[in-house]
This record gives sequence, structure tokens and C-alpha cells, in this order.
Amino acid sequence: MLSQTVIREFQQVLGAENVMTEEADRHAYSYDSAVLEPVIPALVLRPPTTEALGRCVRLCSDNRLPITVRGAGTNLSGGTIPSKEQGVVIVTNGLNRIVELSVEDLYAVVQPGVITAHFAHAAAEKGLFYPPDPGSQTVSTLGGNVAENAGGLRGLKYGVTKDYVMGVDFFDTNGELVSSGSKTVKCATGFNLSDLMVGSEGMLGVFSEITLKLIPPPQAHKAMLAVFDSVDKASETVSAIIAEKIVPCTLEFLDNFTIRTVEDFRRAGLPVDADALLLIEVDGHPAEVEEDAAKVHDICLRLGAREVSFAETDEQRDRVWQARRDALPALARLKPTTVLEDATVPRSKIPAMVKAINEIGAKHGLTIGTFGHAGDGNLHPTILTDRRDKDEFARVEQAIEEIFEQALNLDGTLSGEHGIGLAKSKFMEREVGLGTILYSKRIKEALDPHTLLNPGKSFGA
Amino acid sequence: MSDIHELSKLLQELEDQMVTCMKCGMCQAVCPLYAETGKEMDVARGKIALVENLSQEILNDPEGVKERLDRCLLCGSCAAACPSGVRVLDIFLKARAIITGYLGLSPVKKLVFRGMLSNPKLFNSLLSVASRLQGPFTKTVNDTLGSSCARFMSPLLQDRHFIPLAKTPLRKQVGRVSSPPGPSGLRVAIYPGCLVDRIFPRIGTALLDILKAHQVGVVMPDDLACCGIPALSSGDRPTFEKLVRTNLQRLENTSFDYLITPCATCTSTIKKIWPAMAEYFSEAEQRAIQDLTGKTLDATEFLADTLGLGTDELVGAGPGLTYHDPCHLQKSLQVTRQPRALLKAHPGYTFLEMNECDRCCGMGGSFNLQHYDLSRRIGERKLGNILASQAAVVATSCPACMLQISELLSKAEAAVQVRHVLEVYAEALHADTAASRAADGEIAAEREAVRS
Repeated sequence: MLSQTVIREFQQVLGAENVMTEEADRHAYSYDSAVLEPVIPALVLRPPTTEALGRCVRLCSDNRLPITVRGAGTNLSGGTIPSKEQGVVIVTNGLNRIVELSVEDLYAVVQPGVITAHFAHAAAEKGLFYPPDPGSQTVSTLGGNVAENAGGLRGLKYGVTKDYVMGVDFFDTNGELVSSGSKTVKCATGFNLSDLMVGSEGMLGVFSEITLKLIPPPQAHKAMLAVFDSVDKASETVSAIIAEKIVPCTLEFLDNFTIRTVEDFRRAGLPVDADALLLIEVDGHPAEVEEDAAKVHDICLRLGAREVSFAETDEQRDRVWQARRDALPALARLKPTTVLEDATVPRSKIPAMVKAINEIGAKHGLTIGTFGHAGDGNLHPTILTDRRDKDEFARVEQAIEEIFEQALNLDGTLSGEHGIGLAKSKFMEREVGLGTILYSKRIKEALDPHTLLNPGKSFGA
Repeated sequence: MSDIHELSKLLQELEDQMVTCMKCGMCQAVCPLYAETGKEMDVARGKIALVENLSQEILNDPEGVKERLDRCLLCGSCAAACPSGVRVLDIFLKARAIITGYLGLSPVKKLVFRGMLSNPKLFNSLLSVASRLQGPFTKTVNDTLGSSCARFMSPLLQDRHFIPLAKTPLRKQVGRVSSPPGPSGLRVAIYPGCLVDRIFPRIGTALLDILKAHQVGVVMPDDLACCGIPALSSGDRPTFEKLVRTNLQRLENTSFDYLITPCATCTSTIKKIWPAMAEYFSEAEQRAIQDLTGKTLDATEFLADTLGLGTDELVGAGPGLTYHDPCHLQKSLQVTRQPRALLKAHPGYTFLEMNECDRCCGMGGSFNLQHYDLSRRIGERKLGNILASQAAVVATSCPACMLQISELLSKAEAAVQVRHVLEVYAEALHADTAASRAADGEIAAEREAVRS
């Protein structure tokens, strides 16, 4: 238990309504979206200003309290689950101001609690484009996106969160403000600390302001849907499109199980006997879009697509993407527990990966639907289970480990966009090797000697 | 107070439903309460986690959980947007009932629900006294809206602007209605709901007008009880069950094709909540509930879908008329086209959509009574959207929303009328044909007779 004196100090800084000490309040900050055991924090703080945020960090530091920063708590790897001993959760959703949005210089400065979709909308209102669109974008915060290096559907052409971070101002473990990056396109001043912050999972600093890059939006887009009788053909098509020097903005894949589940859910007339669907969208200058769409259409047919159809109207386009949006909700309804993985492979290895996932599912008697970002090799094998069934859940954990093994064997990575957090830390060494772990640990020890910033995440304790 | 193990065991009944919540947090995007407070225990995911932890005895504070569960509008926005289809309202209502059963009902609620609401006769006579007494204590503050406020400092009313109780409830105005199916071949039972009966009888008479004009037979018993949602949302399941049984009995020997209601909340309670609570009723009652649920329609749905009234074209011209989607119609029953079709049929208005037309107005029934300040803050957003639409009339299909929106507009000193869709449609009907003008006269005379 924390002393009343410490709690009173926090109350003086934040106001009593922003200091949550009651048991029932703290329990609501004990989990995130990962399928992991909850940990009840000792204290939950919700700073209303960045100044108050800095003072919170300093107070935690003075009292040696471990901090876990939480945006919307949509993390899929347990990165926002607090520490077991005297853990303090700092919620950033009160820091939700877009400080500046520059049309001339194509950047924006935001507080960490700004919601991703709200920001993209604000940029669009000024005629600009913020491409990263993680699945949780209607609730996720930009601070969380940066800390996890979140991706989305547009990764192939537009990259992920890290490609849009120009600068991060953050509080170090003592509550001192550190500035990094710049509002300029070019910046060669000192260590590239803002890139160090991207994907740091809250372990190196507490973000106070983020400078993000914006780009002009594409003028036109065209979506299409290609039906395949084999995953191999679909995957070869993906490679062929890229080899043809066309980079679609989205190139999504649905396997047969997912197609059937989505069709059961929506009855939109998807081909339930197809082995794979590719949902493809090209964007850019109208002339380029027309040309690219025609080429992609031909490539699909040449590589064995059974059928390719264009979305001619906004309504048809919406129907194409509805099928993709439905994938997770439709699968999630089949069983109580949904384990959404994001092991990623080079795109040419997708057929091998899909085959391996299906074999692993069959071997362990598990239901797995696979969909995802075929264009960048980031698949989402989604295991449907019931976490109360101890025997089955043990098989799920075994299957996940084998999926990771396979991804690494295929030159892939443990996580494309969800981060390592608590869920995958024990597998880290297999991917990066001991040297990398030790190097990362030395960085952590140097910058956070008392291990107060989100302890236990990424490479573990 | 019984054993806390007993409580956790009872809550485990909900486990199968709670486990479907994958904690994705998408409910944060749509919860009107969370938008105001930003606190996780105000959103569905957080509340489900609390009930789960209570059921597993990881958390041992039933009062704390109850208090947080009660901070909810029950608008169903979360359930409507939930990727894994969690039946949030079922979980919340059952959990409230279980925890209230364990902690006991507060004395005030016991008096209101067990003493008054579950006894329609007593309740009605108390309200009729209240409607006669309210004059000396209140004064009119906005003529467009017909709202009032307290003349003196009142701890109950505070600085609320409210629509006063009708002088004569619908039940007294029209009595027990029973007419055979006309040339339409249809006969409907009308379930007016407490608010239409006591505060907005004009909505009930509008509905009767429309049905008469379209030659639909009507049965409207004058002794129906409350649909039970106020009691159930306060965790008082025994009173809820009693009210449902009373209603089932009062309707059991009546023949009708549809049960229609002009209140979104009553419609969704009968159609969704009664069946969700069916396990607490006998098999015969369950069959009766199932039968009734199948026949229950929102009045606008019946008029637009069954009778084919209204239009999807924009044909009217004149001042702006906009529509607020009640949560209990839009999120719970997906009824959105039908009320609009009826509104668009009015030749004297230009129908226009406001921004965020389906965002909760913040009323939430007793939420408004218990959390007035939060309710008002949520309502401000609705108020802003209504004013920005520049409509002269805001229509909706839930009398509870009408109360909240009237208060918001009244406090903003706005001259925007608040009307039920049925009132607007009935007016259009009368403006439309000569025959109906005659009927109009008849009804006006009837109303005059009632007043005098």
C-alpha cells in the first residue's frame, strides 16, 4: 500500500479527481487487450496537463514507484499491464490536444493522448493525410502508437508509425524533459533520440509531445477483389504485383476459414469455396490509378485468379473493405477467447507461412483463421479458443510458440505491429540473439537505473 | 447481508456472457459517458472487468462495483459497436440485479418501486394528485417548449427545467379503447408507456388519429403497468418481474396483430429485455413473452413498414425539421429509416440531418436523476448539434429523449420545438386531406371537451 502522504502529494499535483486509489477504480486499469492475467496497479493517475505529467513522473521517481503509461489500453502484447509491486498507471487520455498542425510545413505537434482517428480526421480537414491506421485507430492514442510502432493496412505503400515520427519530447526517469527531433524534414543534430523512443514500449521515457509528419493525400483510389483457388496463387500474385513496380496502398488477404466466417456473419455474397481472397486498392494520380488498376487486374488473372472485380462506386468499395473489417469481429464471435497474433514474414514467404499455420492448427486441434496484410507479409493468424479450457489453452500456447518458430525460420519477425510487451518477451532472444538483448539491457540500465519505466516488458526483467 | 461467496457464485452465472468480451476497448469510441470522463470504469470493458473480478473474488467491494455499474446510460452504444457481439446490457442489468439482491435496495427505491410502481392503481392516483398540485409550485419558463421550473428552491428539482405532468393522463382522456379491425384488416394493441400516458398524452392521441385515418383497429387497455425498465435498471428484479406479469395478464385475452408503442425505451424493453430476462419466468410466461415480443413494433416501424406510410424522398418545404435517433431504437432495434420516412412526409418542413444524430442525448432514464451533472454535460453535445442544424423543430421517437432535449433547449433559451415523430406525422395527415380536416375538428372538439 502507498502511504497517505504520497497519495496527498499526487492529489495536490493533479487534483483529487485525477488520482484513483479505490480498489474498484484500480481494477479497471489492470489489463489491456492481450490475453494475459490482469495485474492490479497500486495507483492510477490521469494528468490533465503535460506539466502535471512531468511532476507525476518526478514524484514516482522520488518514491521509486514503477510507471506504466497507458493510452487507450488497446495493446495486444501486454505492454500496458502494470508492475506487480506498487505499480502506477499513468493514463494519458486527458492529454488530447493537437498543439499545432502546419499546412505549409507538413507536420503536426500533438499531445500523447490524441486519438489516432481524430488526428487523421483533423489532418484531412486541412487537406492533409496521416496514413498509419492501426485496427484500433478509433480509440488508440498516438502516444501508444509511437511507443508500440503501430502499423495498419497501409504499411506496404505508406509505411508505419515510425515513418511519421519527426520528434518526441519526453520525460526521463527523473522527470526531466528531454527534447528530440525537429519540425524540419532534415535533422542531423545529435543522437536520433526520437527514433529510439519509437517502439520503446514505455521503457525509456514518458512522452509529452510528439511531432508527426503529414503528407498530401492521394487524389484518387480504386479497390478490387480477386478470388483464388489456392493460397499459393494468391501469394504469387502479391509478389508479381510488387515485381511489376506497382505498390498498392492496401493489399489484404483472407484465408478460406476467414472467408466462410465473414460470409456467415454478413451474407455479402463472398465466394465461400475460394481458398483465398485478395483485397487490393491502388491510389495516386487518377491516370496512374487507372493504369495501375488495369495492370493489377491483368496480373491477377494471369497468375490464376478465378475472378477479379473492380469497385466502381463508393458503395462497392465500401463492400470490399467491409469484408476485411468484418474479419476480426466475425472470427471473434465463434469462440469466447480470441488470440490475435502478428508474426510477420517477407511477403514471398506467405504461402509457406499460411501452410505452416494450417498444419500447426491441425496438429493441435485448434481453430485458426488467417487474414492480414499480405502486401507486407504481416499476417494475423487468429486462434479461436476458450481461455477457461486449461487443456486447450495450453495447446494454444504451444501453437503460438510454433508459429513464432516458423516465422523466424522464414526470416520473419515475432511482431509486425503489436509489440513484444509481456506476451512475447521470452521469445525475443531467439529472434535477436543474446548480444542484442544485453545491449538493450545496458541502454535501459543507463537511462533508467532504478527500473521505474514499464519494467519487465520487451526483453523481460 | 449474505455471504460474499454466494454473491460471486451468482455472478458466475454471467461468466459465459462476460468471457466473450475480448477487452479490445472499441467501446471507448462510442460510449457517451466515457467521452466526458475518460475513465475506464465508465466504459463497458471496464465495468465487465469489475464484475468479472468480483465474481472471481479478486475484488471484494460489491458496493464499489455497484456504484460504477450504476454510472451507465444503458444506451447500448457499446453493444451496437462491439466487435465480438457482447450482450452488454444483459450483463449489466443482471449484474445490477444480483448485486442489489445481495446489498439490498435503497429505502427510497424500495418505496418508489415496491410501494408505488408495482401497484399501477396507487401510482396513478398519486400522480393525479401531483399533477394538480404542481401548478402552485412551478412556473412556465419557455413557451415554445412548454417547460417549467420550480418556483421555490427545491432539493428534488434543483434548477431543472422540466415538462410538467399532463393535467389529464391519456388513460383518462380516451379511456379504454377497443375498435374492431377496419378495412385495413389489422388490429393493433397500443402500449403507450408511462411518459406518454402522464406527460405527453398528445403523442398517444396523435397515434390514435393516425390509426383511425388508416382504418386500423385498436385496443388500448387502460390498466397496463410500466414496462419495468426503471425497476430493473435499479437492480430491482422482483418489481420488474411483477410488472411484466401484470402486463402479460392484461394483454392475454386480447386479440391483436401487433403490439405497438410510441416509446423507444418501452419498445426495446419489451422486445429485447423481456426475452433476455425470460429465464426468471415460468415456461408458460416465457411462451407469452416470446409471442408478445414477436408482435411488438415501434409505432413508426408499424406505420412505415407494415402500412407503408411515409416517403424516403425529400418533398417538404419550409422550416427545418431534424431527427434525433433514440438509442433504444437505433442501437437496440436498428430502426432509423421509418421515423425519417414519416417526418419526410410532412409537406410543411424541410427535413435535414443534424450532426451525430444518433449520439445519446444523455437522458438514460434514472441516470439523469442520479447523475444530473454528467447527464447535462453529455446533453450539451446534442444541444450544440441541434442548434447548429438550425432546425425549427427537433423530432424524436422517445418521450424520455424529449424530456432531456426539452430541458437542454429550455436552459439554452432556444426557440426550437421538440415533438414526437407521430405528432408531426399526424399534423401532416391533417394538412393533407379535406376528410382529415373534418377529423381534425372532431379531435379538437374532443380535446376541448376533455379540457373543460
